[in-house]
Amino acid sequence: MAEFAAVRFTAPKRLRVMVAGNAKPHGVAVMKPDSSALEVRGLTKRFDRLAVDSLDLTIHAGEFYALVGPNGAGKTTTLRMVAGLLRPDAGAVSIFGIDALQTPVAAKQVMAWVSDEPMIYDKLTPLEYLEFVAGLWGIAPSISQPVAEDLLASLGLGPHRHERCEGFSKGMRQKVALAGALVHDPRLIILDEPLTGLDAVSARHVKGLLGERVRAGCTVIMTTHILEVAERMADRIGVIASGRLVAEGTLTELRQQNGHADTSLEDLFIALVTLQAAA
Amino acid sequence: MSPATALSWFARHELRLAWREWFAMMTGGRRRRARLAVVGLLAFAALLHLPAWAVIGRFADLELPLDKSSLIVISATIFLAWTLMLSQAIESVTRVFYARADLDLIMSSPATLANLFSVRIAAIALSVTVMALLFSTPFVDVLVIGGGPRWLAAFGVVVAMGLSAAAIAIAVTLLLFRLIGPARTRFVAQVLAAVIGAGFVIALQIAAIISYGTLSRFTILTSGSLAAYAPDLDSIWWWPARATMGDSTALLLLLALGLVLLGSVMAIFSGRYADTAIDAAGYGTSGRRLAKERPFRSGSRQQALRHKEFMLLWRDPWLISQSLMQLLYLVPPALLLWRSFADNSEARMLITPVMVMAAGQLAGGLAWLTISGEDAPDLVATAPLSPSSVTRAKIEVVLIATAAIFTPLVAALAFASPYQAAVTAAAVIIGAASATAIQLWFRVQARRSQFRRRQTSSRLATFAEAFSSIGWAASAALLLALPIAGIISGLITAGLIAITWKCSPRRE
Repeated sequence: MAEFAAVRFTAPKRLRVMVAGNAKPHGVAVMKPDSSALEVRGLTKRFDRLAVDSLDLTIHAGEFYALVGPNGAGKTTTLRMVAGLLRPDAGAVSIFGIDALQTPVAAKQVMAWVSDEPMIYDKLTPLEYLEFVAGLWGIAPSISQPVAEDLLASLGLGPHRHERCEGFSKGMRQKVALAGALVHDPRLIILDEPLTGLDAVSARHVKGLLGERVRAGCTVIMTTHILEVAERMADRIGVIASGRLVAEGTLTELRQQNGHADTSLEDLFIALVTLQAAA
Repeated sequence: MSPATALSWFARHELRLAWREWFAMMTGGRRRRARLAVVGLLAFAALLHLPAWAVIGRFADLELPLDKSSLIVISATIFLAWTLMLSQAIESVTRVFYARADLDLIMSSPATLANLFSVRIAAIALSVTVMALLFSTPFVDVLVIGGGPRWLAAFGVVVAMGLSAAAIAIAVTLLLFRLIGPARTRFVAQVLAAVIGAGFVIALQIAAIISYGTLSRFTILTSGSLAAYAPDLDSIWWWPARATMGDSTALLLLLALGLVLLGSVMAIFSGRYADTAIDAAGYGTSGRRLAKERPFRSGSRQQALRHKEFMLLWRDPWLISQSLMQLLYLVPPALLLWRSFADNSEARMLITPVMVMAAGQLAGGLAWLTISGEDAPDLVATAPLSPSSVTRAKIEVVLIATAAIFTPLVAALAFASPYQAAVTAAAVIIGAASATAIQLWFRVQARRSQFRRRQTSSRLATFAEAFSSIGWAASAALLLALPIAGIISGLITAGLIAITWKCSPRRE
């Protein structure tokens, strides 16, 4: 996690958020160290074929979890179901103890989703976009405005904060989308390939920002094809193939499971995926 | 590959793309619907012969030489068709510049760009002309059946008009690029296309209202005062009218003029086309529209959604250009209302259906943009709001925007006739609500920039929206003139909307 030191932005230690229609405040710092941020049980989704097959997954609070797998393995489908963007055919999803399928609005209040294709509004400026996101999450402007300004500055978008996003590069758009995910200070951040299209400096900024959030107690789940990122950043790694979790653990645990003490994650990944394909 | 072979190859490529785009538009991108689309098109073309017969059937017996009034009516009709072609051509040319699908590939190839862009200009001219020929066929058919084969010359006039309209559209758009730059050209060209398309009819209606207190444009065209100002009978201004009626000399001269105009534009502008395309492409990556510094607004989540929707609608150049024509058509009734404010003119009755129709069309467009055209669907779907509250906020935006435009007109009407204003208000509300509901039932996931192609996602929704607007407009007009007929018409329209709802895709 050495790369995390590159970013100066620090999330508010105990950001009190007044939720519209629910006056109870909640803060990201109040979490039991051993409590689970996400529990998935028997999650199943079928399109033309079985995309996710009775998946069980537990991610602890304050953990950086990387979900890796080959193309079409079911990573994005799994995370889209967790984020409430897809309805599962079967299974249960619990986010900090909240049943995400029964009470989706309460679950969404504490999480954020960033897709690989940054979806933002061309005709809004980054600051206007963050104002809109903060409004959707019911955050008071007195709290969200300084946080938005800080986020944009830390992501190198400060000089562009009043420009409409229509002329932005993919990397800049990705950073705006990421700032949108962080402006309401979620307890669980779900990212689908967040580093796609980012240059090296921007990628380091993003990794640094995510590291800061994890240190502040936030849980991060990320899919990635860049195994080096998973290897260097993640506390635990889950390998998914054909809609099933075929291996899970720290890098050391994965090596032990595979019987090679000094194998790279890439070699482990290829071995596991090949094994699964053969099965 | 020789230059000639390369050109013919590129021409074939352009024609194939144009054909596939048109085919996709007709079938909604589903090949299985091809037969249905052909049958539908043939039925539509056959049906179009009925209004064509009603509109111009009585002119089939006309023969040269004609008096000035007849020449004015025919020339005005031809000019109206030409302005519509020009409008379509400007829209096509703008789209070609800003849609970067293959420009990068073409411009990075070792081919001679001037030649390739000559072909592209010719393709635009061809597509405009073919579309005009398709739409004019029922009208020419009626004239040929009623007045003989001499009317076939009208097809030649349509071709000449298509060529000249495409040439002028290309020249205008490229000049706009040079004069005001790529950032403003897209918006100005779209507004220009809308204004040109509607402008001539509206100008005639305004002249008729001011001079004779009626919305009928034929009143002004057949008036003695206009004939007094018109050129002599042997003037070149009557060439299009004479060519339409079989004057082969006039027809050949018109065709030659059209070809020379298009050839000149190709010779002058094809070399600059590449520079213009590069400027347009550069605009997409260097646009710097600054917003003012202001504090974040407080409010509920629904207010945040509504505020975002209003801001996006306000900043949407596609909406402004696409809706401008509908709003322009409100100018004549507004003027008529103002003119006949004091008296009890029957002409004022015409205001109601125009307003109801415009409200339905406008609400349909707004509803598509707010409900289907969501550029960040994942963000809204993962926000802590129920889907119903998101939909409600978006519908509120459509109805508020529609109300903001139509309330002043209805209020003005209330001073002249409270009963007519009440009927109009009710019909505007029902028409707008119906169009919004249809868009809601047939909603799809799309980007706002696809607004122009929204009709392709569901033919049923498109026709239902059009029939709903026409149905409620007719019902309101009939209710004012013949209440029983109005109620029956309203029930039929409601029935059609109910059938549309039954046919809409089921959702969870």
